[in-house]
Amino acid sequence: MKHLLSTRDVTREEAIQLLDIAEDMSAVNDREVKKLPALRGKTVVNLFFEDSTRTRISFEAAEKRLSADVINFAAKGSSVSKGESLKDTTQTLAAMGVDAVVIRHGASGAPQVLAQSGWIDVPVINAGDGTHEHPTQAFLDAFTMRKRLHGAGSRGKGLDGVKVNIVGDILHSRVARSNVWLLQTLGAEVQLVAPPTLLPHAVNTWPVSVSFDLDDALAQSKPDVVMMLRIQQERMHDAFFPNEREYSNMWGLTQERFYSLPAKTMVMHPGPMNRGLEISSAAADSPQSTVLEQVANGVSVRMAALYMVLTGEREVTHD
Amino acid sequence: MTNPDLLIKGATLPDGSRADILIEGTQITAVGKGLSSASATTIDADGLVVLPGLVDLHTHLREPGYEQSETVLTGTQAAALGGFTSVFAMANTLPVADTAGVVEQVLRLGDEAGYATVRPIGAVTKGLEGIQLAELGAMANSRAAVRVFSDDGKCVFDPLIMRRALEYVKTFGGVIAQHAQEPRLTVDAQMNEGEVSARLGLAGWPAVAEESIIARDVLLAEHTGSRLHICHLSTAGSVDVIRWAKKRGINVTAEVTPHHLLLTDDRVESYDARFKVNPPLRRAEDVMALREALADGTIDIVATDHAPHPIESKDCEWGAAAFGMVGLESALAVVQTTMVETGLIGWADVARVLSETPARIGGLATHGQKIQPGIQAELVLVDPATRRNFGVEDLASLSHNSPYLGIELAGQVVATIHQGYLTTDDRTLVAADVVSAQAEVVARG
Amino acid sequence: MTARAIMQATDMQRALTRIAHEILESNRGAQSLILLGIPTRGVTLAHRLAEILESIVPGSSVPVGSLDVTMYRDDLYQQPTRSTAPTDVPVSIDDMTVVLVDDVLYSGRTVRAALDALTDLGRPKAVRLAVLADRGHRELPIRADFVGKNLPSAHGERINVRLVEHDGEDGVEIDEVMSV
Repeated sequence: MKHLLSTRDVTREEAIQLLDIAEDMSAVNDREVKKLPALRGKTVVNLFFEDSTRTRISFEAAEKRLSADVINFAAKGSSVSKGESLKDTTQTLAAMGVDAVVIRHGASGAPQVLAQSGWIDVPVINAGDGTHEHPTQAFLDAFTMRKRLHGAGSRGKGLDGVKVNIVGDILHSRVARSNVWLLQTLGAEVQLVAPPTLLPHAVNTWPVSVSFDLDDALAQSKPDVVMMLRIQQERMHDAFFPNEREYSNMWGLTQERFYSLPAKTMVMHPGPMNRGLEISSAAADSPQSTVLEQVANGVSVRMAALYMVLTGEREVTHD
Repeated sequence: MTNPDLLIKGATLPDGSRADILIEGTQITAVGKGLSSASATTIDADGLVVLPGLVDLHTHLREPGYEQSETVLTGTQAAALGGFTSVFAMANTLPVADTAGVVEQVLRLGDEAGYATVRPIGAVTKGLEGIQLAELGAMANSRAAVRVFSDDGKCVFDPLIMRRALEYVKTFGGVIAQHAQEPRLTVDAQMNEGEVSARLGLAGWPAVAEESIIARDVLLAEHTGSRLHICHLSTAGSVDVIRWAKKRGINVTAEVTPHHLLLTDDRVESYDARFKVNPPLRRAEDVMALREALADGTIDIVATDHAPHPIESKDCEWGAAAFGMVGLESALAVVQTTMVETGLIGWADVARVLSETPARIGGLATHGQKIQPGIQAELVLVDPATRRNFGVEDLASLSHNSPYLGIELAGQVVATIHQGYLTTDDRTLVAADVVSAQAEVVARG
Repeated sequence: MTARAIMQATDMQRALTRIAHEILESNRGAQSLILLGIPTRGVTLAHRLAEILESIVPGSSVPVGSLDVTMYRDDLYQQPTRSTAPTDVPVSIDDMTVVLVDDVLYSGRTVRAALDALTDLGRPKAVRLAVLADRGHRELPIRADFVGKNLPSAHGERINVRLVEHDGEDGVEIDEVMSV
């Protein structure tokens, strides 16, 4: 794997390999010496043009556990806010000699542009770009599902036949996009549940089923997994729905809806949560909730992703 | 003093017949077989098609204000290399062309450069802000004699302002060229709204945002009895609305760009900002509908929307990139590739959509005429047999943001003749000092 | 390509039995002993050795685990990306005698990686190395304590250890694949 830009590019074989390696990485996180020497002497830069302490810390932990040297570059307070471009920033980093770039950017496609640009010739991992994709989030979600379903016997398995409902702001969600492609690759059946205003215009071309009615969707599909998406503050005042109360009543995992779910249904959320809006505390804090496992698994999955893009033979290109 | 006479030997006219063409001074003095002239420079046009010089009703020359993207000189050089002998320069400069002073400046720069007739377009509203009418009358009565008015780049979104503008320009026989884009439906829009935008996570620019404005404006044109021109049609739905309006007798004309005749929104999958344009590249169905509409006359003309941008505005992430593509140098080749090679239209139609009708809409009597003795010599010679991978070396524009780089196109301009002298000769641009000297000779009469 | 059989199933069984006896002799019994196989075939061989040890010393129980060394290898940038295998160490290795088990000893680089991996898991009293076949060509100052069979071989040859659990039969053969 040269880059990890989108889960659409990932084959089933690669996806399972990544998840399996993540299994072995997670064992390291449980032991006394939480460190592996695989990336010793490699420098990884976390290039964050958007605030995301959670994702940045998760990548940083993954990089350090693989013994990489870590440079954190946050746009705020840096030369980027003074108008320096992605190109200039990247070329500066290339001149310093980095071995991989983990990039979070507000513009959809920025990681792909970076990977194709020739500004820097190193592996690129997309840590979330605009409203496009967030591949490592999808991998940690898939890892979490597989682990809950298969436990120690997870290795080598996909998510064939697993029913997943993704609920909320699909239109603006990079988590949803990455999950749709990866879950499909792994054999899961995905249903999107959202008000029509928060679904992409051409969602009918996606390999999913769509419902506008959460109660109906939960009753009909009997999902193994319900994944609730965060409603961003800026959506509240742009006529996507009348107000928070109505959204919560119709598309939130309220206490009442949560209690109506079978006891084995997993409740997932990529965080950070708006408690009382898209998810009730009863659901978030229940044993069915995987929210904290998702955080822990994020480190393992990111270790696996870093290992996969950084190791292996690399073609040396000369201009 | 006059410029050298030219004798074009054996060119194929738009109607398919072959003839020699003699140019003396600024005029065509003879068209026929077996012409000879002792003094004239002879151009062998065996196998070449001759068309009236192309007229672009939609060019961004960027000067004044954005000279790092293009100047009147470099923009008209791009025009000459593409076979154009006249360009209409859009008003979104800095300062905006909303006063007589700015349009006269652009006119003068064009005359000095001498590569093409530059006709400034005036802004409809002051500062393109859509709130207050610009000094339309002053611009019309200036030396630039502006007849086409447009806020292009922005839509005249207020229906009342649009109505007033349509009515007001009747005073001097003007036309409003509308950039049809409902602003509220296209907030932060990045590309065509559809399957690709959904996947790429780019905010959509829905077809309805164009179609709804066109529908509104043709009805306003009908109500006011005014002349309306619609810039860069991009959707099948827009074609339907125009077809309906024309059937109803509404005085509307419509243009399509070369890129909307060839490229589709799946190009955006690369996030290569050369494909970022407004209105955006649409679906294959739209491209087919536009071609058909151009062939059947629903769409009147092809105009380039030549929009140069410096490298830093394109070599960046999609969201930060500027909208627009250069198009003057490639327009004729794209039209040949998409319309002539496919058998949809012939060369007489090419002359109509790229020269005669745009000249008529823009009120430019000296251009777009049938090739015959007594007219001003505005001509282009095309080699339709050339096939080339379009490259940076095919550009004369200061900017290189062409979407066709690396794409094979049919046909190439061999020579362009403006006011009786060559601006492109043997597929190469004629040097600026030679052209400006010849232009000066013409100006002195 | 020709494959030449070097060990039959019975040879293999005999070799493993001998190694088991040697381990018991060197460790003075089966106590404080843990066998860690290097995936994949080393783990299988470790399990077989443990069975033999337990049959030789009735009532004894020898813990067996697997030690994946992928992350410790020195050729991660010379080879295509390697998949990992589970590391499963059932008891603490502190103050134990760890016997590393692998099928073939060649350059010694895998064993070097295994020694580093062990360091991150604890501090054993001693580390020993048992291999089914030693084909020579060491690139590091490493030697095996217990060897099933010494197999002098050429660089271009490949040693295939076949085990019932993976390959349906037991045996060792040499492939002369790269006769240059």
